[in-house]
Amino acid sequence: MSNKAIILIIDDEVQIRRLLEITLESNDYEVRMAATAKEGLMQTAIHPPDMILLDLGLPDQHGHEVLQKLRGWYTNPIIILSVQSGEEDIIKALDNGANDYLVKPFRTGELLARIRSSLRTKTIQENNPLLENGSLQIDLAARVVKKNNEVIKLTATEYNLLALLAKNEGKVLTHHYLLKEVWGPGYLNQSQYLRVFIAQVRKKIETDPNRPEFIITESGIGYRYVSKE
Amino acid sequence: MLVFCPILLQCNLLTPVTAFTINNISITKQYVYSVLLVCFVSVLCFLFSTYIEYRVIAFLLLVTVSVTAVLFDILPVLLAAVLSALIWDFFFIPPHFTFRVGTTEDFFLLLMYFVIALVNAVLTHKIRRVEKIAMQKEEKAKTVKLYNTLLNSLSHELKTPIATIIGATDNLQTNNVKLTPQNRHDLVQEISKATVRLNQQVENLLNMSRLDSGFIQPKKEWSDISEVIYDAVKRIEENGIQQQLVINVNPSIPLFKLDEVMLEQIIYNLLNNAVQYTPSTSRIDIMAINHADVLQVVVEDEGAGFPEAELKKVFNKFYRLKNAKPGGTGLGLSIVKGFTEAMGGIVSLENRKSGGAKFIIEIPAETSYLKNLKNE
Repeated sequence: MSNKAIILIIDDEVQIRRLLEITLESNDYEVRMAATAKEGLMQTAIHPPDMILLDLGLPDQHGHEVLQKLRGWYTNPIIILSVQSGEEDIIKALDNGANDYLVKPFRTGELLARIRSSLRTKTIQENNPLLENGSLQIDLAARVVKKNNEVIKLTATEYNLLALLAKNEGKVLTHHYLLKEVWGPGYLNQSQYLRVFIAQVRKKIETDPNRPEFIITESGIGYRYVSKE
Repeated sequence: MLVFCPILLQCNLLTPVTAFTINNISITKQYVYSVLLVCFVSVLCFLFSTYIEYRVIAFLLLVTVSVTAVLFDILPVLLAAVLSALIWDFFFIPPHFTFRVGTTEDFFLLLMYFVIALVNAVLTHKIRRVEKIAMQKEEKAKTVKLYNTLLNSLSHELKTPIATIIGATDNLQTNNVKLTPQNRHDLVQEISKATVRLNQQVENLLNMSRLDSGFIQPKKEWSDISEVIYDAVKRIEENGIQQQLVINVNPSIPLFKLDEVMLEQIIYNLLNNAVQYTPSTSRIDIMAINHADVLQVVVEDEGAGFPEAELKKVFNKFYRLKNAKPGGTGLGLSIVKGFTEAMGGIVSLENRKSGGAKFIIEIPAETSYLKNLKNE
């Protein structure tokens, strides 16, 4: 057995499968493929892959349904592929347990970056109190953030927000999720808090807060903390 | 074709011709009106019958029938003709108050009256039908012309990148040996550019048909305007532009409750328009201010501006300036208008005194000055 990560592609379009197969194999992943939801669910049950790329528009079952079924027991990363750029659809998938999404047509570089980051989150996330990302350092144990080795003063809420994003590096966190986790379930409709605090955190950690490098906006969906590999 | 259909249907290309006033009056009303008209004229004539000779009255009634022929459909007109003939016979031809006709002369007059009234009705009807057909033809010619403009613009915009992709891939597949690494690199570059362009056009078409379907509903969320603007700018910069983009947003601008995705698309389209039609050395300014709970976004460029006569038309679907250089479907600005209006706002365009175009978007929205919530 090789130690290559195994990725299962569930997509009904032959061309997309071929393209993904070539791209992923040439980047040292082992690729498995399924053209229908049924086939995909079966393959996952028999040989659980390290990651699934799931197309939302499958012929036999809706992607959201497949996602829910998979999430019943499958815990590895799932990245959604979708042609609809409708934010509602993406938010629904993220709420249903997808780790990330890509809207077709997507750039290969983007795809590989998302795959890498999802796989990394899976392996490193546990018990890693020190998150280093370029010039930024977050010590989760001491609750200290440093930029270029200088301590940055953050309020409790600012720290909680940054830490939550950083712990989920590479993953989009929806507005609702962030509001619920940082402020509490009573604040789900108070998106103005999120806006204000994201702006404040950016002012403190970004070199140019208007052109952020750490906390990226996913318009209409949420925010993503990205690693500067 | 799947994409085009809803768009084309929305262009009102297929509405039937409704140029004739008679179509607007229901047929029952037409019967009532023609009967009333004939009766009214007859009563008048009857009141003055001591002064007017009954043969002259025949002419007055004929005029009445002619009037109905101009206004109404054939059947009400025929009714008017028959009714007026009977009235003339009964009330005016001596002996009065009987359908009997006294003299042979009068009998012929009545017969001729009847025939003339009928011919009158039928002729008017025929003329009208010819007119109607001519108008339909004209309308159809206009429709066909509009269709052709749309299809030309669309097929040009979609087929150019497709042709590039096919040409480049053919070259790479069959001509590979003769190509230098530089050639190959350039071809791949062209394919890449073509796909970006193609994708943008399809995106525009999808947005347009979403707007046309009335399916689009703004999703209002608290939005950080400078974030939205910088995101749009980032997207435009990824296309590899040369112009200088200058952003001017007051840091103390409040949060606005609006659909940030739509707003970003509006700003992106305005920037894209400015980028496409201004020289690569020029500067593009983006400003945003709060004007008493109305968000005002201004995009100014240093291009040639727009001819005064075309200022209003540029937001029309598929409208392209005369002599416009290739590279647009004429959809970008109409999407700007559609999205802005869907958000309850207005868009306007003027020429700057110093030259160049100035687009102004105004969207009323709830604001929040929740900023400076320090130390929480």
